[in-house]
Amino acid sequence: MPLLDIKNLTVSFDTSTGPFLAVKGIDLSVEPREVLAIVGESGSGKSVSMLAVMGLLPSSATVTADRMSFDGIDLLGLDAAERRKIVGKDISMIFQEPIASLNPCFTVGFQIEEVLRFHMGMDRAQRRARAIELLTLVGIPEPAERLSSYPHQMSGGQCQRVMIAIAIACNPKLLIADEPTTALDVTIQKQILDLLVRLQAEYGMGLIMITHNMGVVAETADRVIVQYKGTKMEEADVLSLFESPKSNYTRALLSALPDNATGDRLPTVSDMMFEPAPGA
Amino acid sequence: MTDQSAGLPAAATVPTGPRQRALSEFWHYFSMNTGAVIGLVVFTLLVLTAIFAPLIAPHMPDEQFRDSLLTPPMWQEGGKSMFILGTDAVGRDMLSRLIYGARYSLFIGLVVVVFALVSGIILGVLAGYFRGWVDTLIMRVMDIILAFPSLLLALVLVAILGPGLFNAMLAIALVLQPHFARLTRAAVMAEKNREYVVSAKVAGASHLRLMLVTILPNCVAPLIVQATLSFSNAILEAAALGFLGMGAQPPTPEWGTMLATAREFILRAPWVVTFPGLAILITVLAINLIGDGLRDALDPKLKRS
Amino acid sequence: MSVVVEGKNIKRDYHVGGGMFRGARTVHAVKGVSFSVEQGKTLAIVGESGCGKSTLARIITLIDPATSGDLLIDGHKVDIAKDGLSKEMRRKVQIVFQNPYGSLNPRQKIGDILGEPLIINTDKPAEERRDLAHAMLKKVGLGPEHYNRYPHMFSGGQRQRIAIARALMLNPRLLVLDEPVSALDLSVQAQVLNLLADLQDEFELTYVFISHDLSVVRYIADDVMVMYFGEAVEYGPRDEVFSNPQHSYTKTLFAATPRADVASIKARLAKKAA
Repeated sequence: MPLLDIKNLTVSFDTSTGPFLAVKGIDLSVEPREVLAIVGESGSGKSVSMLAVMGLLPSSATVTADRMSFDGIDLLGLDAAERRKIVGKDISMIFQEPIASLNPCFTVGFQIEEVLRFHMGMDRAQRRARAIELLTLVGIPEPAERLSSYPHQMSGGQCQRVMIAIAIACNPKLLIADEPTTALDVTIQKQILDLLVRLQAEYGMGLIMITHNMGVVAETADRVIVQYKGTKMEEADVLSLFESPKSNYTRALLSALPDNATGDRLPTVSDMMFEPAPGA
Repeated sequence: MTDQSAGLPAAATVPTGPRQRALSEFWHYFSMNTGAVIGLVVFTLLVLTAIFAPLIAPHMPDEQFRDSLLTPPMWQEGGKSMFILGTDAVGRDMLSRLIYGARYSLFIGLVVVVFALVSGIILGVLAGYFRGWVDTLIMRVMDIILAFPSLLLALVLVAILGPGLFNAMLAIALVLQPHFARLTRAAVMAEKNREYVVSAKVAGASHLRLMLVTILPNCVAPLIVQATLSFSNAILEAAALGFLGMGAQPPTPEWGTMLATAREFILRAPWVVTFPGLAILITVLAINLIGDGLRDALDPKLKRS
Repeated sequence: MSVVVEGKNIKRDYHVGGGMFRGARTVHAVKGVSFSVEQGKTLAIVGESGCGKSTLARIITLIDPATSGDLLIDGHKVDIAKDGLSKEMRRKVQIVFQNPYGSLNPRQKIGDILGEPLIINTDKPAEERRDLAHAMLKKVGLGPEHYNRYPHMFSGGQRQRIAIARALMLNPRLLVLDEPVSALDLSVQAQVLNLLADLQDEFELTYVFISHDLSVVRYIADDVMVMYFGEAVEYGPRDEVFSNPQHSYTKTLFAATPRADVASIKARLAKKAA
């Protein structure tokens, strides 16, 4: 049984110019212990569909789906309070801007312990012990001292590690990482990706990696979904996607990688396909 | 060089395509705020009243009807249909005086805001752009002005300059001006390090050009909101000064002055106090509602573009 | 081939702090960097955030002065702290920034954005300015219909084209590109890189290309400089640097860059299965 199973997910936003379809009928499933990468450029709806799963979209969004079940539980049938019990505990998410994702007013320790108190009901001593354990797990040196640091005293990479610690605090079954390394330097990106993959394997989590970076896909994913303007273009395991891409869009995306440049100029697909008309 | 004031949606005179679109988008957000629309309607009526005062008013504002002193409004016992809102202690028609008074109030608001806006923008841009000792000097002076209770400071200034409407306006403008200076400074400081400003610098733009052409148009949105709110503030303060005998002098039909001269009749003839007070209340409320609507409409726009 | 830009032992210090209770501190953002670029060539400066590459870009673009060291443009020594900046020098060096959403004035139409450098630096009449702007729009792949539009009506890639067009309005010799494609989608990135290559061929432009993305650098650069904490730890022709990195940081950087080729995916999957 898949961990997360979504059939025909559609998300539309009310705007001043009428409804805007951000996700147009996407099917998606993640098995336990699987790393799924969702790749797409800006406007492909890759983040929106995951935010819909988390129930984190603003009220101007309308979400419909034929099925949206997590670990056998139908998410569509849950009310907000029941959903909050699952989201943050069994499904958790990390975001692109690690420094902005942490509350600058509270210490790192407080923010980790808050999650533990809300979802796990631990007492003070247990919470503190678990927080230190988590920081050790995500590779932060001197975890006990670091608990009383504020986010602005840490680097971007360290903040992302803290975010990961918060995300795995309740042993989630599924971790969604939304462009987790885009704001980070290359050497830090490598460390964070290694950490995510290691934790995923150790704890047997499902991991959804949302990214626009083909390199990140190649380094982490088992299976890949390519999205373009709210539609799924291709779904394949990682090797066959890179070896023999089936859709034109994937082919174009791969050939636009400077790594794969053979001649003097990079191959591009026509402007018409990718750049919206001015004023659109 | 085409017009750089594209930031003022209301000032968009040339109906080009994008400008019209921006305007309709602005209206879309503004009209979502019902209060703001009501405020705008009331304010428009007020402006029309002020412009066409001689046509609308049934009498001259200083014409005295000696045989009908302190006549109550027409719907009360003893009221006359000739004086819809009654007359004051020397027999002048209240309605006519209020209608002419709208001219003064709007005039005061406009002049004060223009004074305060222009001087505040100049000082704020200088302070925010150059920083250093220029900034320190300007902002400390502003802080000193802000440290006084505003009405008290205006009173002192008028006492020095001599009572009168013009001096009162000058005093109020001076009191309101630090708000504009601080707002402009903050906006300029935020914009100054944006890359488009550096780009203009790399293109060789002079300090003056950077300040006025590049940066300032991007700071107008909060200034428009502040200007509307100051408009109502100015009217209030002018009325207060008038009430204290330091603003417009009798027999000018300025609303605050009208209140002051009617003070002694507050029990015998409540209408002489009520109607000028109501006029001030409605005007200030309408303008504040517009200000709120403008804030809603302009702020998200700033973030989007 | 003539050398367009040359730096000799360029240093830049920042003085920070100096508040009421704390003494001032000096941060060495750039610690003695030397380089030279010939006409029509591209020097890529690679490094991670805080390595001083953007500070160096601002010095080369004559926005900020260097604390010490010599900067020569076309063989002339330029010191903006001492002598100020002549219009002629200003025309020779232009810059394109990373964020196409921040680098265009939201209140100016495209036509005004492109015309502004000409207004300031030349006395060309309005008619000629417009023709030049139209011609430049066409060069960067946009059309005359875009002349009267505002920046917010364009996509990121189109905005970056406009920023490039603006930088070229004064016919510069040297273009400093500060992460010009980092904020763009992959497919748009390829288009902009191609555009830059086309323009370089056409105008014999010299590029200083600041980037953190090694795959882009490998594609576009002739020479590569790797910066680490304000120092140039590696400097040489591209192929040499990529095939035989000398400094340990360069090696770390290369090892950290994710590889999107089939062989490395196979290797990873094999390792995982084991």
